[in-house]
Amino acid sequence: MASVTRQKEDDSAAKPSKDDCPCREGMKPRLDYNRRGFLLSAMAASTAGAVTATGAEAEKMKAPPGATLYDVPEDPTKEMARGVHEDGGYGTRSQFETETRIKAERPLDGTSWTYTPLASTIGNLTPSGLHFERHHGGIPTIDPSRHSLYVHGLVDQAKKFSVADIKSLPSITRRFFIECSGNTLAEWAKPTGKNVQVTHGLLSTSEWTGVPFATLARQVGLKENAAWVLAEGADAAVMTRSIPIDKLMTDALIAYGQNGESLRPEQGYPLRLILPGFEGNTQIKWLRRLQVSDRPFMTHEETATYTDLLKDGRAKQFTLAMDPKSVITFPSGEMILPTPGYYLIRGFAWTGRGRVNAVDISLDGGKSWAPARLDNDPEPMSTVRFSYPWFWDGKPAILQSRCIDDAGNVQPSRKELIAVRGLNSVYHYNAIQSWAVASDGSVSNVHV
Amino acid sequence: MSTFRHVFVTVLFILLSATGAQSDALGIDVGTPVGVNELAKFYAIPPDGTGLPPGKGTAAEGKELFAQRCAHCHGEHLEGLKEVGGPKLIGGRGTLTSAAPVKTVESYWPYATTLFDYVWRTMPFDQPGSLTPDEVYSLSAYILSAGHVIDEKEVLDAQSLRKVVMPNANGFFSALGPELDMYRLAPGEPKK
Ligand code: HEC
Repeated sequence: MASVTRQKEDDSAAKPSKDDCPCREGMKPRLDYNRRGFLLSAMAASTAGAVTATGAEAEKMKAPPGATLYDVPEDPTKEMARGVHEDGGYGTRSQFETETRIKAERPLDGTSWTYTPLASTIGNLTPSGLHFERHHGGIPTIDPSRHSLYVHGLVDQAKKFSVADIKSLPSITRRFFIECSGNTLAEWAKPTGKNVQVTHGLLSTSEWTGVPFATLARQVGLKENAAWVLAEGADAAVMTRSIPIDKLMTDALIAYGQNGESLRPEQGYPLRLILPGFEGNTQIKWLRRLQVSDRPFMTHEETATYTDLLKDGRAKQFTLAMDPKSVITFPSGEMILPTPGYYLIRGFAWTGRGRVNAVDISLDGGKSWAPARLDNDPEPMSTVRFSYPWFWDGKPAILQSRCIDDAGNVQPSRKELIAVRGLNSVYHYNAIQSWAVASDGSVSNVHV
Repeated sequence: MSTFRHVFVTVLFILLSATGAQSDALGIDVGTPVGVNELAKFYAIPPDGTGLPPGKGTAAEGKELFAQRCAHCHGEHLEGLKEVGGPKLIGGRGTLTSAAPVKTVESYWPYATTLFDYVWRTMPFDQPGSLTPDEVYSLSAYILSAGHVIDEKEVLDAQSLRKVVMPNANGFFSALGPELDMYRLAPGEPKK
């Protein structure tokens, strides 16, 4: 039934030229640094020796964030190159790599967010410097030697743990995604985000290292009526959320590691609560306190915000797990396919309710579906890369992906989602995303 | 030999027990015990008002404070200032079922204790955590009376604040677990 019309390679169709397709290396919408200009000016500088750059050139020659600018020899085999440790002992990325997080247009950067460039990250993990951010009171600078985690409330012995205490305990290392419950929130009523960084970029995946909450619980002893735990951050928002103790005892981590090093400050240095598959705001950063209780505290973040208003005026509270979701990152909004021909559709799928079991692709706006290839092994509460070979015949197409998890949950269409939630929910928008490919090759965000 | 083993096991047992009554099943004992004094600086105030500090305040006092410390972000009349980023704090009653719901303290928040907790915790945004309990009671009284939730003469303190009934007190339900509505055969329509 679910058949897909997959065109055969048609030799008569013009073969796409590798050179004229910027998409091939991962399209970078809003590219701030012109790679070619950059290369040329750097080359000019190196051949002419010490050259004073013009204003425009100097602008182009600025190193992208996270990179150091070096002269580019015309032939690297004919020049002695730089030696070790010039970087001071902490490496930087290539000066030709320019992806950055982009920030939301908001009046106060202290309560704002940045989006991960999903279309240009490589593999399954998000580089720590590109992990999306959402803060409610800015990014605090915390000296780990002066930071403690207090665990108290319905416990036999309240304790504080230094960061060194936490690091002395047996740890677990796993890859989990974190998604903001506000990811994709502008798409309920009409297509809004121009590209996938904006529509889905409040999603990132890291390898997290930390101590299970259960290990700490044994150090303080839980009272019989322990049912909820308040987690509190040491930022200016003193962010608080109440979490069911079930979740904490199942797979929560008090994390101090991200992708092989300490957490980035934006991700909660020195300690962050990791709640695999739960909405991002519950995974309290700069974690300083866990208060065990028999009931939730009804904090600002679980009443005034992060609640989902339904059509009938009632609001759902504690919608904590992120539902199955997926998005095609190539081709996606603002990209241009230069010619008809072969393209590899790529994307991410994830679910906060288990593992991704399958991803389907539609090329006709959801009429027919075919399975995509999963490019990495699905892990619990983690992202999966998928791909799907496609021969574009040059006719308009509507590309979609849908995620099916191993609990059998299926990512809904927008119509199905709205039938249940209405249009006022704000958070937890996990509907199928549609990208329209026009006959001129341009790709845009549409609703079907 | 067997005696040696016996002694060895006994010594090992004593050594393990000597690591203290606090050690867990894995023999781990980490962390520093803390008493109530050290924990007194923390709060998170649930709807029953546990943890509300001593102090009191009125809307009249709050109005003055609001003008000095809050109005430049939230507007002189609590109407919100989009360009500065301070959200609207009152109004919006009766809009929650409309196509453009206005969610404010008055129209949306289920508990007055949350207002106290939040303002004390993190406002004013440009001087977080700088308010005294009296000031927070006053500001809460001002916001709640401007939203016609309490009388403008009411004195708010630990006793009266927990008794305030918010207009949308019954507007929330807990949605822990999967959204079963996604599993109806015809979502939104009555079952045949
Ligand atoms: C510098 C600007 C600024 C000042 C000054 C300020 N606020 Fe705020 N306020 C904000 C912002 C921004 C938010 C939203 C915070 C967020 O995004 O998490 C907010 C949120 C709030 C909220 C929650 C609104 C809601 O519906 O979620 C309340 C209540 C509040 N402020 C009260 C106050 C009071 C009382 C004062 C004065 C003591 C004050 N604010 C001063 C910027 C400000």
